[in-house]
Amino acid sequence: MNRRSILTYGAVVSGALAVTLFIGWWRVDGPGAPEPVAQRPLPLGQMEFQLNDQGGETIGPRSLLGKPSMVFFGFTYCPDVCPTTLSDISGWLDDLGDNVADLNVVFITVDPERDTVDLMAEYVSYFHPSIQGWSGTLDETVRAAAGFRVSFEKVVTDGEDYTMNHTASVFLFDAQGRFATTIDYHEPREFAVPKIRRILTRAEEETP
Amino acid sequence: MKPLTPTALAFSLLFGLPTVCLAGSADVVVEGAWARASIGTSRPGAAYMTLRNMGNDPVTLVGLATPLAMMPDIHESKTDANGVSSMTPAGEILIPPGESVALEPGGLHAMLMRLQYKMVEGETFPLTLNFADGGTVNIDVPILGIAARGPEG
Repeated sequence: MNRRSILTYGAVVSGALAVTLFIGWWRVDGPGAPEPVAQRPLPLGQMEFQLNDQGGETIGPRSLLGKPSMVFFGFTYCPDVCPTTLSDISGWLDDLGDNVADLNVVFITVDPERDTVDLMAEYVSYFHPSIQGWSGTLDETVRAAAGFRVSFEKVVTDGEDYTMNHTASVFLFDAQGRFATTIDYHEPREFAVPKIRRILTRAEEETP
Repeated sequence: MKPLTPTALAFSLLFGLPTVCLAGSADVVVEGAWARASIGTSRPGAAYMTLRNMGNDPVTLVGLATPLAMMPDIHESKTDANGVSSMTPAGEILIPPGESVALEPGGLHAMLMRLQYKMVEGETFPLTLNFADGGTVNIDVPILGIAARGPEG
């Protein structure tokens, strides 16, 4: 093999390598990357829905602006995941002490058929007093879930009984309603509490 | 089946235990059982515990019975990569010898459907665990507060 053909081979090999790397980048990080499946929630100010709080007052996403917020979805007929989430959150709020006065904490039901305003009021009363319970019509629940990029689905279990599959993450927003981060279902307290503390401190720093 | 020793026979007659369960499910120890109080009777309840198989044979939990609920069953909650939680009947639960299975929040749990009475904090309710070998284990499950996070409250 002469010098010339070695150079040609070298050029072809490094060219092929460059193309492979470029295609890899394009598909993983570049414009060709797939859309992430779990999308981020919209800013609260851009969401559109109207629900009732546990006192029956009409509220919506803009009612939360001005304070940092923690929002999650569930239903009161849920025997395992939802009471666990509400107890976990109550524990985090206990850890934060007086600071939670500056935080909106909202539990939105994905089961408006059964979870009326009165039922939500009774249910949240068993957990931390900062936790509000929002419910409404199915249409408005669908609009709320869309804003948070939450999915929910009714699953018939036995005859007339049903359960709800739903996104169990907890969403954190700053006082301006911008999405900050997510606390995953059952995330340990040592990770969850600092995340909440961060949106609370950010709100303090931005207060003139 | 092994022939019964007179002592074992006397023991099983005295306590009315089925003799077969001396081999498998009799070696199951239940630890840290607890449940959350319910709001009324319209919503299903859940109970948690750890089942430890101290014996040399695998045991299989096939069902539950309790006067508290018409339809008690083992269910499993799962959360997928997108954070969506769902719950399905778990079927039979195999516990290999020397191992344990935890029924805990967010995973396996004793799902108590069609409550017959309210689950009141501070009370207990009887729960029977039925095993594939025909043996049973009876426990009393303490009922803790609605916001309880574990057997310690």
